[in-house]
Amino acid sequence: MDFSLGDRAEAFRNEVRTFLGGHLTADVVERMHATGTFNDKDFNAGLAEAGLLAGAVPGYGDRDPIELYVLFNELEKAGAPYDGLAVTMLVAGVIHAVGTDFHRAEVLERLLTGRYNCCLGYSEPDHGSDLAGIATRAVRDGDEWVIDGQKMWTTMAHEADWVILLTRTNPDVPKHKGLTMFLVPMDHPGIEVRPVPTMATERTNATFYDGVRVGDRWRLGEVDGGWSVMGVALAFERGVMGGTNPAVPLLRHVRQWAAEAMSPDGGRMLDDPLLRERLARTAMANQVSQLLTLRAAWIAATGGLPGLEGSMAKLYATERYQQAVGWFQQMAAAEGLLSFGVDGSAAGGWIDYDGRHSPVTTIYGGTTEINRNNVAERHLGLPRSR
Amino acid sequence: MDLDLTEDQETIRAVFAAFFDGETGPARAREAEPTGFDAAAWERLLETGAPGMGVPEADGGGGASLADLAVVAIEAGAQIAPLPLVDHGVAARLLSGLPNRNGSEPTVDEGILAGSTIVGLAIRPALNGSARTVPSGAVAHRVVALDGDRLVIDGPLAEVPGAGAGHLANHGCLPLAHRDLSDATVLATGPEAVAAHARAVDEWRTLTAATLVGMAREALVLGVEYVQEREQFGRPVGSFQAVQHLLADLPGLIDGAHLLASKAAWAGDRATDGTTGVLDVDANDVTNFSALAAMALIAAGEAATLATDRSLHVHGGYGFSEEYDIQLYYRRARALTYLLDDPARECRRLAGMILEPAC
Ligand SMILES: Cc1cc2nc3c(=O)[nH]c(=O)nc-3n(C[C@H](O)[C@H](O)[C@H](O)COP(=O)(O)OP(=O)(O)OC[C@H]3O[C@@H](n4cnc5c(N)ncnc54)[C@H](O)[C@@H]3O)c2cc1C
Repeated sequence: MDFSLGDRAEAFRNEVRTFLGGHLTADVVERMHATGTFNDKDFNAGLAEAGLLAGAVPGYGDRDPIELYVLFNELEKAGAPYDGLAVTMLVAGVIHAVGTDFHRAEVLERLLTGRYNCCLGYSEPDHGSDLAGIATRAVRDGDEWVIDGQKMWTTMAHEADWVILLTRTNPDVPKHKGLTMFLVPMDHPGIEVRPVPTMATERTNATFYDGVRVGDRWRLGEVDGGWSVMGVALAFERGVMGGTNPAVPLLRHVRQWAAEAMSPDGGRMLDDPLLRERLARTAMANQVSQLLTLRAAWIAATGGLPGLEGSMAKLYATERYQQAVGWFQQMAAAEGLLSFGVDGSAAGGWIDYDGRHSPVTTIYGGTTEINRNNVAERHLGLPRSR
Repeated sequence: MDLDLTEDQETIRAVFAAFFDGETGPARAREAEPTGFDAAAWERLLETGAPGMGVPEADGGGGASLADLAVVAIEAGAQIAPLPLVDHGVAARLLSGLPNRNGSEPTVDEGILAGSTIVGLAIRPALNGSARTVPSGAVAHRVVALDGDRLVIDGPLAEVPGAGAGHLANHGCLPLAHRDLSDATVLATGPEAVAAHARAVDEWRTLTAATLVGMAREALVLGVEYVQEREQFGRPVGSFQAVQHLLADLPGLIDGAHLLASKAAWAGDRATDGTTGVLDVDANDVTNFSALAAMALIAAGEAATLATDRSLHVHGGYGFSEEYDIQLYYRRARALTYLLDDPARECRRLAGMILEPAC
């Protein structure tokens, strides 16, 4: 085994770090938390201009999954706005895998400029974990499809140029077999976006589709073949595109805070033995999360499909992140409750932020229970429980 | 980047998996209780060359890397082999790394290379001329210890304590004993001695982590097999989601500890070749051997204690009975996790490496 990144990936990582050093300004970070939009088109375009973005599309171009991992891992560790970018690049990867020449020319090329965005229209008000049960209808009308329904949690829809929309095209067959995926331009008449604020700084949306007419050329994959397109998208998502190292910036922020802050017992917080123990445990868990993610990237790089390994990385990383947030929130006590920009806030408000943000990490992108079901059934070979 | 074993390591893995499966395993571990030593299996192991395998070729050993030894340790752990392989391997490497002391006895002799002379390592510093709860102390002819700033070796004993009253009955049925160092020979003194011992203990952490990974892996297998066979309410208990979810956290935990132990071994081999590695937790860049060895033992200890706990629990009452194998794994996982120190104190020691020192 060799755990060094290798010359190529290391050089790429240094390019990304140099880029972040120049472009990830305090303004960019502040804007993302103030607006709730974890996406910054200028920042993304900067990445594209620096030649770093084509590498962000899974399966596309000459960069391998290790470099894809490197890019998103560096963005995540630095606390950069990357949620929107990860989704956009994920869609670019799906288009590359199952799209038509029309999709490539019309969408993929534009996505690679960093100026355009996609969002994911899977979840609905009444269907989350049980995605195959979704109710949004698409009915064929000549060379067009007419779409009616509602999606929930359509994050970044207010900034997006396209939504990949999971619809029901055949209600008379088993639920997985009557689904079709579309790539719908967000400027089509009949689409409405309403904000859904969250308990953290990020916002998301509900999206409504009222008699939206799209040409058949916007269909992604086969008619009634939407579930297999979902499979491609989920395999990308539960792998290497960020989300598995959230406790790295947490550790950095807490460490910096503890070096300055005084303990009520006297002395610095950083001298508190329990805090030291917990910082060390977090550093250890960060290594494990990174290694589990790298393994998923390694499997993808050597021709495999790391779906289950991605589930394991997400399970481990998010549970550990929540545990660490709980520890540090408790230890920062009253000051840890204070928000960004407030006089006296611990770690400049990051502890409050992580405390608000962390609950969602075991929910979105497949809940912990759904991932456990996957591991139990497909890795351990236990009987289906549902 | 390469997360696969080398071809040679694949071969090593297969050979030793077969060896431990055939010559050791839960039934043999049970027979070897309470001393925790299977003399017949050790005799067979000598034929494989394993005891001297990690000593450099220049000193007459097999020239295996720490990464190779980790591959072997995982397989030994999976079969809870009652053999002092890790202790002996690490102690032999420590001895061979010491500068030759003109005129004095050779540091690694034929008996140690072959394994007919078993050497143990006192992983904790000795106190007042006595090494306490030495991991292979009850079966080792000689034990290497750090007494103050002196690295010493005792023995060779004509008869090991295990045969007499020296063995300390314990939770994991490990061959533990206290060793009196009053007649021990000094091998090295000063910072050089302290550093050599520290390096050996880091190797012990790494290989013990690997052993725990093997135990955890097998404990999970035992749990999964049991819940598929055992039926209640007319169906396998493994079909209940509450049971499934207890087990579903474990593969990631175990694989993560496995990756970390492998990374520590890789870093240890790089350190031998002169590459120090980095230690930057702000960027999550860690290639420093000592830090990774500490992390690996903490992670593997967590994985093995949780895996054995959950696996035992899903056995119901049978898990608590002497008859089922899971309890053998349960007790050994704890013994190896706590033998060196409280993991919380290990964390604080790690904190001393990755943070500014405490005032
Ligand atoms: C901030 C945010 C952003 C999001 N962004 C997007 C997005 O961009 N696009 C998108 O399509 N979706 C998005 N989602 C939706 C997200 O993927 C869903 O919330 C998630 O899949 C869970 O679905 P649900 O909320 O309907 O919960 P439910 O499915 O109703 O689950 C409720 C609880 O029941 C548990 N549960 C459900 N089924 C089972 C089972 N079989 N076994 C055991 N337990 C079970 C769940 O684990 C959960 O704890 C986002 C969500 C949030 C909160």
